Parts: sequence; structure tokens; C-alpha cells
Amino acid sequence: MVELTLPKNSKVGTGKTYPGPEGATNLKTFNVYRWSPDDDKNPAIDTYHVDLDSCGPMILDGLIKIKNEIDPTLTFRRSCREGICGSCAMNINGTNTLACTTGMDEVDGDINIYPLPHQSVVKDLVPDLTNFYAQYASIQPWLQAETPPPSKERLQSKEDREKLDGLYECILCACCSTSCPSYWWNSDRFLGPAILLQAYRWIIDSRDEHTGERLDNLEDPFRLYRCHTIMNCANTCPKGLNPAKAIAEIKKMMVERR
Amino acid sequence: MANIERPLSPHLQIYKPQITMITSITHRATGIALSVGTLLLTWWLIAVVSGPEAYATVSAFISSWFGQLVLFGFTWSLFYHLCNGIRHLFWDMGKGFELPTMRKSGMAAIIASVVLTLLTWIIAYGMGA
Repeated sequence: MVELTLPKNSKVGTGKTYPGPEGATNLKTFNVYRWSPDDDKNPAIDTYHVDLDSCGPMILDGLIKIKNEIDPTLTFRRSCREGICGSCAMNINGTNTLACTTGMDEVDGDINIYPLPHQSVVKDLVPDLTNFYAQYASIQPWLQAETPPPSKERLQSKEDREKLDGLYECILCACCSTSCPSYWWNSDRFLGPAILLQAYRWIIDSRDEHTGERLDNLEDPFRLYRCHTIMNCANTCPKGLNPAKAIAEIKKMMVERR
Repeated sequence: MANIERPLSPHLQIYKPQITMITSITHRATGIALSVGTLLLTWWLIAVVSGPEAYATVSAFISSWFGQLVLFGFTWSLFYHLCNGIRHLFWDMGKGFELPTMRKSGMAAIIASVVLTLLTWIIAYGMGA
């Protein structure tokens, strides 16, 4: 349902400001969304100053430095620090991206960091992605075939393999889904761009034989058709993929099979 | 962990506006404006068949500055919805999804709608004079 404003318990206030280290000249300001389940306070923005002369170049480096040296209570997900695990997806200066692959020099002025938009917050920058993963499970993301497997692997022509380019690279970081206004208002029923791109990845795979069932599963006014080509998904994807295009291809297949 | 009322992370409040997002919401807004505008058109049609007095009332409203403003907005809504609707037709064929194309076609729809609206009004005033 469309709700343009935040619920009362979600309104964001002003938090603490931590002074920068003495004598540092090359400071970058981080304004970070904070919320803890341990007190009854509303979310707030804390301000930190990071000395760039003793910090790695990426925004994730800055966050780790804050956690190590300024405020150990700051909570965020991170793992691979090279854009392949998707853990450090967050909203940085208005768009969703990975903190590990975004350089601090890409941001003019202060760095404003929020959790992925319109999600239930577990703590600070950690959103609850339970629904997202459940939706992923609902598209049955594995190869399904009736033909008995050959003695070696199932073969695919070069052309058929190429159809998976721009799809297989998705790391399920949820940047796109949580950038989509349609997903904000209807995430209970609309699958969202990431999951639909993944669905298309199996629909278009020449080795998969359950294309019809997969399309049946998506033939629904909400699951697929809440995509209105707003394009926030493709604009924000840190891997440069185009979920809107994949969704359009699914819609086309729905028409063509009639 | 039960009974924790978790906050909802900010969305519209913090998300950076982008041209594709703006053309999309404007498409919806002009769609709604067109539905309301159709009521005006219906009012005019009913007035036409009801006789000279009813027609004079409608005419007076339409020629007032407010009526003209509404009519101008209606014209632009119509042209914008048409131009952006053509983008939707291409998308339905799976075309025009590359981001640079997307931004260009969005700008084109905005510019075309303004130009077509102005042209229509210039021609309409020219014919009226």
C-alpha cells in the first residue's frame, strides 16, 4: 500500500556528533542512520569524521574505520569487500549501492548513509531481508529438467549460454528491489526486480525444461505486473545489470505463449 | 526478540530523484488528470445538447483565466501521456531499455509534450482571432 510518510516510530532524528581526530586535516564527514532495538528511541543520524590520510579509499573502509576506532556499536553487514557477496548494500547519498565498490572520492561533500529503503530495520544499517529471500525461494532457483542427466554435464550452445549474460552476474544484494517504489508499496505481493531477473535467468536457460511452470507461477497481477518501468532498478544496480529489461522479456513471453 | 517494533527505513524521503522516476510518476499523474479532464469534456458535451443557456455557462467558465489554465493543463497532460505512452509501447516490445536511451527518450517525451502543447495553443488562438 502506498504510504508516502514514515510511521511515527520510524521518523529520523538527530543523533550524536563524534569529533574528528586531533590534528587531522583531511577529514570526511559520515552521516549514518542509527537505530538500536535495545532502547525505545527513534532512529537518528550520527555524525562521524574520518581521517582519510589513514583510511582505505572505499566507503566500506570508512565504515570499518569508524567501527574500529570511533564507535564499535555501529552495525552493518560486510564480507567480501570486492563486490561479489552483496552484503554491504546500503543507501549512499540517495541511491542504493555497495559500500565496498563505491569510492569516497565519488561522493562530493558529506557521505550520507541509510539502510536499504523501505525495509524493516534490525539494527543500524542492517535490514531484515527475510521476505526478499522467501520470494527468491518462491521462484525455485535451480535447474529443473525431466530429461535424465547425461553422463557428463548438460551441454549448451554458445548462443544459448550468451542469453545468460547480464543475468548470472546478479549477486542478490537487493539494491534494485529496495530502490523500486512499486516494491516499496507492494513487497508483500510484488516479487521485485532482483527476484524477477533471477526468475528470467531460469526461464531463458536452454537446459531448464520447466519454462511453462515458471511462467505460470509469475502470471499474476502483482507478482510480475506491478513493474511499471520506473527504472530505479537499472539505475542503481552496482553490477550494471538491467532488471527492467529482464522483466520486459518475461512480459513478452507471457504474450507470445498465448 | 519478540514484540520489537522495528522502524521502517526511510524511502521517498531520502531517495535521489532521477529522470526515469520522474517521467514515470508524471505519466501516472497526467493519467489521473486526464480522467478528471474527461469529466469537463462530458460537462461541455451535455451543455451542447442542453441548449444555449447551459452552453453559455460552460463557455464563460472555459474562457475565464481559470478555465483557460485548466484547459492548458489538460492539453499538456494529453500530449505528455501520449508521448510517454509511445515510450511504453517500445518497452512492451522489449526495446529502449539501455540507460542512455532511457534518459534520452524521457527528455524527448518532456520536450515534445511542451512543444506540442504550445503549438496547439498558438494554432487555436490563431484560428480564434
